Amino acid sequence: MDKLVIAGREFNSRLMVGTGKFASNQAMVDAMENSGSEIVTVALRRVDIDSPEDSLLSHIDPNRYLLLPNTSGARDAEEAIRLARLARAAGCEPWVKLEVTPDPYYLLPDPVETLKAAEVLVKEGFIVLPYMPADPVLARHLEEAGTATVMPLGAPIGTNRGIRTRDLISIIIEQSGVPVVVDAGLGAPSHAAEAMEMGADAVLVNTALADTPDPAAMGRAFKKGVEAGREAYLAGLGPQRDKAEASSPLTGFLRD
Amino acid sequence: MQLKINGQNREFDHQLSISGLLQQLQLAPERVVIELNTKILTAEAHETLLNDGDTLEIIQFVGGG
Repeated sequence: MDKLVIAGREFNSRLMVGTGKFASNQAMVDAMENSGSEIVTVALRRVDIDSPEDSLLSHIDPNRYLLLPNTSGARDAEEAIRLARLARAAGCEPWVKLEVTPDPYYLLPDPVETLKAAEVLVKEGFIVLPYMPADPVLARHLEEAGTATVMPLGAPIGTNRGIRTRDLISIIIEQSGVPVVVDAGLGAPSHAAEAMEMGADAVLVNTALADTPDPAAMGRAFKKGVEAGREAYLAGLGPQRDKAEASSPLTGFLRD
Repeated sequence: MQLKINGQNREFDHQLSISGLLQQLQLAPERVVIELNTKILTAEAHETLLNDGDTLEIIQFVGGG
């Protein structure tokens, strides 16, 4: 497959995966490996000082995956900036998946605070990948602020409902000068394939891989979905028509 | 010495450095990142001595999307 390039860095995979909600670390590792992904997201939280857990990082090979810390849990720009700085201080490369989600029910990204945080983080030298509503005007503002991608949502986080924002994402893809990564809501390999067929540069998936009895197989299935969609996009989909157009010759029938 | 760690008040018998505290809490220093009184510490600052009333956030990476 052709390479994905973000902020000058090349990736062989167009599938990014999240590490949340897996039943075990082994299930997570299996899904990650089979997905072929080279970018994995992680979150930052307080340590439980009474019973510290096994570190997630001991399960993720830093030579194989780019660790992409998110700012999940941030309710405004200030909290997101604080989390991004903490991730960098923890030794991560200065890449950050910017998420500002003040609404606890739909976890929808706050466009105003996301843009504010993006402006600050870009100035501080971060490579910013912002999770955002599927709003083409906002995508332009984020790109102008210097974000490395835009990441419009297909449907609310964890809903597995597919691309409910299709028309808006199409406009973002048409207009964007930076890679478009469809994030959130993709529940099936066909959803991922659909995003890629539309011309998205990549997709990010977590819940669909974690919330299945067989994450290892689902990782493989999503890899195929993404690759199929990308290849179809590059090949060029045939036009849609209202009326039938025969695939078989309309001459030489055994009649008359 | 009293410290506020991740929102909880904790009492310690004697003064500790950051690395002494991590040892006592059985936390590997390379796996956590620390804010002391809202200022992010670099790894080099782990020998800093803590003072009574200091507020710490001890953060780590967890699974997330």
